Amino acid sequence: MGWIGETVDSIKSIKIRQLLTQAVTLGMIVTSALIIWKALMCVTGTESPVVVVLSGSMEPGFQRGDILFLRMTKEPIRTGEIVVFNIDGRDIPIVHRAIEVHERKTTGEVDVLTKGDNNDVDDIGLYADGQMWLHRHHIMGRAVGFLPYVGWVTIIMTEKPIIKYILIGALGLLVITSKD
Amino acid sequence: MHSFGYRANALLTFSVTALAFICAIASFSDKFSNQNPSAEIQILNINRLKKQSYGNDEVSLTLDISADLQSLFTWNTKQVFAFVAAEYETSKNSLNQVSLWDVIIPDKEHAKFRIQTSNKYRFIDQGHNLRGREFNLTLHWHVMPKTGKMLADKIIMPGYSLPDAYK
Repeated sequence: MGWIGETVDSIKSIKIRQLLTQAVTLGMIVTSALIIWKALMCVTGTESPVVVVLSGSMEPGFQRGDILFLRMTKEPIRTGEIVVFNIDGRDIPIVHRAIEVHERKTTGEVDVLTKGDNNDVDDIGLYADGQMWLHRHHIMGRAVGFLPYVGWVTIIMTEKPIIKYILIGALGLLVITSKD
Repeated sequence: MHSFGYRANALLTFSVTALAFICAIASFSDKFSNQNPSAEIQILNINRLKKQSYGNDEVSLTLDISADLQSLFTWNTKQVFAFVAAEYETSKNSLNQVSLWDVIIPDKEHAKFRIQTSNKYRFIDQGHNLRGREFNLTLHWHVMPKTGKMLADKIIMPGYSLPDAYK
C-alpha cells in the first residue's frame, strides 16, 4: 500500500512541478518584455518610444501602418521636425510636422504650430478650443526613424479586437498543450 | 523537435531577424553617400506688409526659389521634404521660424527645380515687429528613407529685410 501512495504522490508532484515551471517561464517572458520596454523609455527619453501611424495625413512619407521611433531630447523644437503630440482631451497621439516656432527670450518656452504634410491646412482645427499653439509639454517626442508596414499588426488588433482574443486564446492553448 | 510548430516558429524568428538586419544595413548605407545640395532664394516682391485687425503683422511676398537637391537621393530614399522658412528675432522672442512654402520631392528627377511662388503659408508675426525687420531665409530638407533613420539639414541665407512702413 505504501508504494502505491508513493507512486501517486510522485506523479502528482511531477505535474505540479511542470505546471509551475511553465508558469514561471511565462512570467519571465512577460517580465523581460516589460523590462525592455521600460529601458527603451529611459533611453529615448519619451513615454512612448514607438508609435504606429494611424492616419494618412503625412503621406506619402508615412503611410498608415508604419511605425515610428521617437526620441525626446532637451534640444529646442524647431521647424521641420516631425513631432508627436497629445491634445488635451484626446488620447490618440498625432504625428505632424512643426511649421512655425516662436521661442520666448525670457523663458525659453516655445509656441509651436503643426501641420500634416498631406493636409491643406494647419492643425489649429485639431487643437483644443481656444488653443492656438502647442507647447513643449504637449509634445511627446520627435520622430527619428521609421519602419514600414510593421504597425499593421497593432492596427488590426485595435480595430478588430476579436483577432486579439483569438491570438491570445491560441497562445494560451499552445502553452498548456506543449509537452516541454 | 521536428514538429510543424517548431519549424514554423524557427522560420518566423529567423526571417524577422534577417529582415531587421537588412533594414539596419540599408539605413547604415546612407552614411556613405556624398551629399552637396545647393540652393538660392530671391525675393521678387514684397506684396503686402499690413497690420491685421487684431494686432499682428502679416507679410505676403513672392519668392524665386531655385535648388539642386539631387545629391540627397540614395537608393534608400523614399522622398525628400523641402521647405523654406523665414527666421528672425524680435524683442519678445529670441527666435521665430515661420514656414512659407514646402514641397514633397518624390524622386531624383524632381529634385532640381526653380519655382516662383507667393508664400504658401501665411507669414504672421506674434505682435507687430515686422517693419524694417531683417530675416534669414532658410531652405530645410528632410530626407525620409524607405527604412531607418531620417536625416534633416538646412542652408541658411541671411540678409533679407522687410520694408520700414506698412504697404
